[in-house]
Amino acid sequence: MKISVLVKQVPDSDEVKMDPVKGTMVREGTGNIVNPLDLNAVEVALALKNKFGGDITALTMGPPQADIALREALALGVDHAYLLTDRAFAGADSWATSLALARAIEKLGPFDVILAGEKATDGETGQVGPEVAAMLGVPCATYVSRIESDGAYVTVSRMIEDGIEVQRIKTPCLITVINNINEPEMPTLAGKKTARRADVPKATAEDIGLKKEETGLNGSPTRVVKIDHPKFSRQTEFFRGKDIDDGIGRVVEILRDAAAI
Amino acid sequence: MLRTSVVSKGILVCGEVRRGKIHSVTMELVGKARQLADKKNCGVSCLLFCGELDDAPEKLFGYGADRVVLVAHASLKYFNQDIAAKLLAHVIKEMSPEIVLAPATTSGRTYLPAAAAMVHTGLTADCTGLDIDDETGLLLQTRPAIGGNVMATIKTPDFVPQMSTVRPKTFRVPEPCERGGELVTPDIPSNVFESDIEVLSMEYSEGDVSDIQDKDVVVSGGKGLKRPENFALVGALAEALDGAVGASRPTVEAKWIDYAHQVGLSGKVVSPKIYIAAGISGAVQHLAGMQTAQKIIAINKDPDAPIFRVADVALCGDLNDILPRLTERIKKEARRS
Repeated sequence: MKISVLVKQVPDSDEVKMDPVKGTMVREGTGNIVNPLDLNAVEVALALKNKFGGDITALTMGPPQADIALREALALGVDHAYLLTDRAFAGADSWATSLALARAIEKLGPFDVILAGEKATDGETGQVGPEVAAMLGVPCATYVSRIESDGAYVTVSRMIEDGIEVQRIKTPCLITVINNINEPEMPTLAGKKTARRADVPKATAEDIGLKKEETGLNGSPTRVVKIDHPKFSRQTEFFRGKDIDDGIGRVVEILRDAAAI
Repeated sequence: MLRTSVVSKGILVCGEVRRGKIHSVTMELVGKARQLADKKNCGVSCLLFCGELDDAPEKLFGYGADRVVLVAHASLKYFNQDIAAKLLAHVIKEMSPEIVLAPATTSGRTYLPAAAAMVHTGLTADCTGLDIDDETGLLLQTRPAIGGNVMATIKTPDFVPQMSTVRPKTFRVPEPCERGGELVTPDIPSNVFESDIEVLSMEYSEGDVSDIQDKDVVVSGGKGLKRPENFALVGALAEALDGAVGASRPTVEAKWIDYAHQVGLSGKVVSPKIYIAAGISGAVQHLAGMQTAQKIIAINKDPDAPIFRVADVALCGDLNDILPRLTERIKKEARRS
């Protein structure tokens, strides 16, 4: 089975601290990690390879240092890695990102199954998986919490608002996973060693057959026109000790106002 | 599609039908679309697709729709993202709407990106604000970014339609009024309903899990509960308020409660009227999932817990004492009224 995994390098949100005065995030000095749900996707890929044989290619688009994320995937047992990196990719929205990834998949493939995390913890759009699938013309299942395959088909459980939907999907297909699908393993020492020495090929927009106007900000239908820093800090009414009873009274008042009682 | 290659007009709302009923998020979006359409002086259409509809589609006129496009087909009894995307792409090509709005539910967040890719246009995920730019008439789409600490306003200037998914509960369902409209049941090419995806089964979950993003009240528990059994205290309060039970990531990782309850960056993002956090310190990744709630009530024994900084009411003390007392008071109030 030929498998591809889409990974993304994101800021480590556990390290991000809040500025107590401004109420904004302090991101300076925080490290980067592989998007947590993408590690679940890698784990699924490893399980499928374990069952059917074949090989796994991890793919990312990002700055040159995003190769660290790919090496983490390699350390976990992924066979090949491929880094799309080019100044021309900068400022890409989910459309332009998806187009680049889809073109790279076409170049590296064909793949039977393409895996990705349901969303990344930084952009949180969850759009890249379904957009890549549509551009490739393959079916896509999202919010997958369980997966089985007989090779020709993949059977998935999708965790949605009102329950679990089970779907049978013809390969090739793209699957995005959520974090209760498995528990990602830690890389082994030997894996880390292999990953350090591994060759991570880099590709530019031109290498995957894209023109400058199709990539990055130029190729993005959406434009960020304004950034606001909302103050989420509220006028907190603080109750403790013997005042707790008043506090409970205040809560009841708020619940009444909101027609929650 | 490039704006220059097509004449587009009107707002299309993608409604959501669950188990034959029109979900309230549809009315939220139709109501908002009406406001935007009045500003742009254009019409509002609402697409409903389902296996069978047990609701009257005409009721959407009262919320602001001028036209309801109803597609009922056996293949749509359960959600099939592949068919939904092809159907929406087809309807977009037929109707050439200027704007397409859909709920940012698991369904909307799945078939909208696919449809946007098919018709080549931009899509903004999870919007919490929509407006019309006075100068250009373009849709201004505001969404939380970087874990909700930044609000980004996004435009799609050169492509149509301008597409957004909108976080449920962002806009209020308007009071319905007496209004007429047109109900159409278009002929859809049969290949739209052919799919490489087959729904084998749908297992509906009962109780609070299903609607953590749907409820007006969410009561969440964190590691401060100390023991998994103490989620019963959270559950009792949620039940008294007809709310849903939420949870912090550490409690889910410790297997105290199922992932379906997880609120935060790696779980669900909720915007209820009331969010009650019990024993949750308020890590950034949790705050990002709930700080757009209208009112936040936090219970924690640590006076310096970050959650208190985003709370309207901070109850600093032992949750084993406070939660049952609060639940009791609410029950008493409910009986009185």
